[in-house]
Amino acid sequence: IACLVMYLFAEFDDAANLLAANPDATTISIDEPVEIPKNQHSRLQEPGREEDDELLGTDDSDKTELLAGQKKSAPFWTFEYYQTFFDVDTYQVLDRIKGSVFPVPGKNFVRLYIRSNPDLYGPFWICATLVFTIAVSGNLSNFFIHLGKPTYHYVPEFRKVSIAATTIYAYAWLVPLALWGFLMWRNSKVMNIVSYSFLEIVCVYGYSLFIYIPTAILWIIPQKVVRWVLVVFSLCLSGSVLVMTFWPAVRDDNRRIALATVGTILLLHALLAVGCLAYFFDAPELDFPAPIIPAHNATTVTTKSR
Amino acid sequence: MRDLKAVGKKFVHVMYPRKSSALLRDWDLWGPLVLCVSLALMLQGGSADSKDDGGPQFAEVFVIIWFGAVVITLNSKLLGGTISFFQSLCVLGYCVLPLTVAMLVCRLVLLAGAGTISFIIRLIVVVAMFGWSTLASTAFLADSQPPNRKALVVYPIFLFYFVISWMILTFTPQ
Repeated sequence: IACLVMYLFAEFDDAANLLAANPDATTISIDEPVEIPKNQHSRLQEPGREEDDELLGTDDSDKTELLAGQKKSAPFWTFEYYQTFFDVDTYQVLDRIKGSVFPVPGKNFVRLYIRSNPDLYGPFWICATLVFTIAVSGNLSNFFIHLGKPTYHYVPEFRKVSIAATTIYAYAWLVPLALWGFLMWRNSKVMNIVSYSFLEIVCVYGYSLFIYIPTAILWIIPQKVVRWVLVVFSLCLSGSVLVMTFWPAVRDDNRRIALATVGTILLLHALLAVGCLAYFFDAPELDFPAPIIPAHNATTVTTKSR
Repeated sequence: MRDLKAVGKKFVHVMYPRKSSALLRDWDLWGPLVLCVSLALMLQGGSADSKDDGGPQFAEVFVIIWFGAVVITLNSKLLGGTISFFQSLCVLGYCVLPLTVAMLVCRLVLLAGAGTISFIIRLIVVVAMFGWSTLASTAFLADSQPPNRKALVVYPIFLFYFVISWMILTFTPQ
């Protein structure tokens, strides 16, 4: 028993040493009071949660049940396994959306809202809504921009829906996959205190895309300045959610790698916004030549030369 | 003949949605198939400068309706709904009926002309039918959901019929 007690003390000692070695632990900053107890909690919890959230679905039910609360662990070929990812109520989804739109400085989105219950409902349906919002808004905006022109003929541009869908779903699933792989790799080299499961990263990315839905609707306004202000504004909001989520996961790492990771996250997010704006929404002030209908080429040319 | 009568009865149920279990109990997919095919056929013939800019092709409409209905059904089952897979498909398919009627009306209105007044008429008709479809399917499906997740199930249905309404409203003839 004495040996056991000594071993336990050693464990606590290690944890204390680790925290002491971490210079941020003693400084007073906004997020620390939230992080310290959760850090220890997550460190002890880590092995169980990793196994719980691996997509292969191990049957380590005892450990996971003890650590994760009521989360049942069913084999991955049963329907019940996938039901655990939809275990959210309406108010929870609304809370998470609110948390992504109004990021509280210093509060981590994952710790505050997701809390070991990542859901796939939010990411999937937010992406679906975003796809159709961008396609519809783009179509509407082009319609209003070219409304007065005599040679303009309205087209629904339905093909753009599939392009929007591919882009947005690829972003919402492949980027989290890459980020998760990268963080796992760094975790094996540097002991990070905070680590996220793949589903939590997908969750954060999915909910952070929510702000782009009202932004896409407001992009109908055909003013360049308004559109770019909206891009910057929404990028700040959703970017801050992502940064505040992932900074604790990389800050123990090499400074340059941490900054590069966060920078890449923001860059990809910005690329998505700017790319959607450029592709789906025509530029408002340029004299956009009407879509050339082959049979009417002659008349179009004479109209422009007038 | 009996099947035809059953299909007809379900059409009537959709137009006057009451809380009846007939639609849920004896599901069939004939009605949705007929509605889907007719809607997809009516959405053909839209004008396009190139194939990329035009309205949805037949296959696209078909896929959107069926794939959308399957996804919504999976969603409601994953959230804990007690309705069966095919029952939900049946309800969602039958509730496309008001929108098919709207498409018919739109095509008739477009025969008369394509100006602003015709657009306003089409807008009113499509919005009304969209509301009817959503309310009808919600009336049938909402009871089978856990009470604190009803909104989570209704929203995808709303999105589904919105997309179909958008396809109908933006249909422009040659």
